[in-house]
Amino acid sequence: MSAEPILRAEGLTKAFGKMLAVCDVSLELRPGQALGIIGPNGSGKSTLINLITGFVRPTSGRVFFKGEDVTRVPPHRRVDLGMARSFQMARPFYGLPVFKNVVVPLTSRRARRHLGQEFGDRDEAAVHLLEDVGFERDSAIPTKRAGELPHGYLKRLELARVLALDPDLVILDELFSGMSMSEIAGILPLLERIKAAGKTLVMVEHRLRELFRVVDSVVMLQFGEKIAEGTPEQVMARPDVIEAYLGAEVK
Amino acid sequence: MSKVPHGFRRERVDRGVAVRTRDVFALASGRDLAWLLLPRVLPLAALLAFPLLGSRVSGYGQTVVLNTLVVALLALSWDLLASAGLVSLGQAFFFGLGGYVAGYLNARLGLPPAVTIPVATVAGAAVATVVLFPLLRLRGIYFGMITFALPLLLMRVVESTGLLGGTEGLSGLTPLPSRTVELYLVLAAALVTLVAFRRLGTSDYGLLFQAIRDNDRAVIASGFDLQRRKAQVVFLAALPAAFAGAFVTHRYQFVGMPAFALDYSTLPLTSAVIGGPGSFFGPVVGSFILVPLSELLREFGSLRVVVYSAMLLAFTIGLPEGLFRFAARKWSQLERLVPIEETTRER
Amino acid sequence: MDGLLASTLVFGLVSAATLLLTALGFSLTFGLSGVANFAHGGLYLLSGFTAWMLMKLGLPFLAAAALTVALVGALGALLYRVVIMPVRGIVLAEVISTFAVGVAIIEFFRWKGFTTYDYALPELVEGSVELLGVSVDWQRLLIVAIALALTLGLWAFTHWTKIGLALRGMSQDEYTALSVGIESDWAAMLSLALGSALAAVAAVVLLPLGIISINSGYDALLVALAVTVLGGLESTAGMIIGSLVLGFAVTATGNYIGPRWGEVVYLGAIVLVLAFRPSGLLGASKELEERV
Repeated sequence: MSAEPILRAEGLTKAFGKMLAVCDVSLELRPGQALGIIGPNGSGKSTLINLITGFVRPTSGRVFFKGEDVTRVPPHRRVDLGMARSFQMARPFYGLPVFKNVVVPLTSRRARRHLGQEFGDRDEAAVHLLEDVGFERDSAIPTKRAGELPHGYLKRLELARVLALDPDLVILDELFSGMSMSEIAGILPLLERIKAAGKTLVMVEHRLRELFRVVDSVVMLQFGEKIAEGTPEQVMARPDVIEAYLGAEVK
Repeated sequence: MSKVPHGFRRERVDRGVAVRTRDVFALASGRDLAWLLLPRVLPLAALLAFPLLGSRVSGYGQTVVLNTLVVALLALSWDLLASAGLVSLGQAFFFGLGGYVAGYLNARLGLPPAVTIPVATVAGAAVATVVLFPLLRLRGIYFGMITFALPLLLMRVVESTGLLGGTEGLSGLTPLPSRTVELYLVLAAALVTLVAFRRLGTSDYGLLFQAIRDNDRAVIASGFDLQRRKAQVVFLAALPAAFAGAFVTHRYQFVGMPAFALDYSTLPLTSAVIGGPGSFFGPVVGSFILVPLSELLREFGSLRVVVYSAMLLAFTIGLPEGLFRFAARKWSQLERLVPIEETTRER
Repeated sequence: MDGLLASTLVFGLVSAATLLLTALGFSLTFGLSGVANFAHGGLYLLSGFTAWMLMKLGLPFLAAAALTVALVGALGALLYRVVIMPVRGIVLAEVISTFAVGVAIIEFFRWKGFTTYDYALPELVEGSVELLGVSVDWQRLLIVAIALALTLGLWAFTHWTKIGLALRGMSQDEYTALSVGIESDWAAMLSLALGSALAAVAAVVLLPLGIISINSGYDALLVALAVTVLGGLESTAGMIIGSLVLGFAVTATGNYIGPRWGEVVYLGAIVLVLAFRPSGLLGASKELEERV
């Protein structure tokens, strides 16, 4: 494992008006690491993801990706550099057929550079990716309009869109929420494969049990601040974490 | 629904075609082929033959067809913008820019139409794109608001400052060689635009435009420069509209404030909505309904504007898919009567 | 004080108040319900002619004006029920349908021949007064006063009254508002009614300065768009600043460079704002930020 971190965030802070959504958060990720970000609702998890991926400009602080300062780099360029994300609210390209939803990222510069040689036909590549994330083989679903998909499928479609970009850093914002247990169980091996392929993974999650099967370290946010960091066992053992996040559940 | 006569049953006309499309197409019967080809070939043939009729059609008839095709060009442009989620309320902006560039090049530099029209097409579209570029960072209705305001403001600026000929406009411009040339030129432009935009819609490049309309955030997250892609849509869409402006300038041998008039915004908008946005055929069909209708109502003055505003409203609320999709659906659902075979009847 | 400067200050303020008053209804409706009411200009013109016709029926001006405001406000509510509600949420259709209504109203009056000099409303107060050595008629000062009073009144309404707060809550988070018992359609209808009534107020106060010309309908919409684009679509403070900037800039340009250059300022201001601050001077950044 190389010593050079793939992602480094330094003192990231974002203020919306007077409210500090994220306050002085620093992170470091080594290649191949899988990090979980947890915290109660409104603790700034999604904003942190937006800051890392460039969808929101930080009030202060810096982001380094593969050693390069990307703080001022627009989000689509960060995708090109190898950082791809899913959204908490999985919204497809409603009017397009499901497989065309995956063709869109496949036509991006990064996908053409990375996957262009591998697959001849983008439509075919899209269908393969859909099968990877658990769409039934040979079903009629990929040709349906994406707007007609049920929620669990939307989440997986979102994942396929991310994987189509062949990213080095995969950022998943609440992938499991709204998925059934069996759907999650179907996804876990895929996440293992992503890790095994040497990709770095960041997951924002509320479903801790499932999350801890994937990640090897955890960061806990509360009121926009990082209050704990370590392996899942270390973090969950801390009394302030239990109090802040799981209080009701433990009692 | 009329009653089915004894011994017959209904069958969808497209049944044979639907069964065969996955198979060898040559097996189609003459009747199936006619059903498929008539709505496609007939209008095209009629349009291509129209200019050849020459003096057998009144000059007025030719004018109406010319005006219709000009509006069709503007409506096609509108539809491409709409396909990327950009609602234009000011097609006159693109039209006027094309018109004034052509007029200026011809009046001041003495360039012939063969030069001014192509140059104005590209330059007009480029200017429009540059002006609108910063706006493309924003979502929502800004695009409609600004495109509505710009042509009207430009008109007032030309009026009050006297720039570019002021209220007089630029007149005495070089005419196009003949009416037949005019007809074929604008017809060719409309067909090229139609085919090009349709092909764009099915290409992976054009797929992105629809993706922008559906979810711009996911387009960025898929690695695309949203603002640049939107600018490309605006440029491509502005091309036929600027061409229309340049063409009309030479046709009337005049360009002036009317080039930015509201009519050039509302007519294409209404055509596109009547015919149905999203297919590119719809806006063309819509213009072939709206422009002749508006000619019929000419003697009623601005009542015709009221009429097409009412149509705009009625179609937006009552038939958002538009006439083209509606008709195409009905056509594919046509039924014919077929005799029921003996064995079936005996049972 | 230099006469030209004094005149620029006084008439700049009047001009700013005029712009503000014209744009107020459009901006309020958009701010509260997110509907861009492109029929604003049509309603403005309709108000002018309605007041004129009511006066023809023998009503005194004030009564006619008040009735007009009430009628057009009701029409705004009807506009929401009949035209906007069926297409609510589809931005394209909302824009197109209100635009169609606006154009239809304006062109209807043009067709009916409402184009002569007979159509004018009386000034509420006649005579003029000296201000900084410049002669201003009372009607223009009245415009400033009404614009100011309405803006402050609306601010107070949306911040202190129960209905106002409910409307604002609606505009910020529709689902939460629904869950505490505010009905979205009701709130949007009210915002359309209020915005339309404000268009009518603007018409009965502003139109007495000249005749009621058909194109003042389009001009009113144009002004509303220019001011809101300049100031920022969802910001009341931005709209006031937008009006002030435009009002003084147009007046100053007219006074110092020449009256015919005043028109250029509108275009110039819009193009400049677009180039440097596309979301307007005080616009809440509408760029692609995903909130928590």
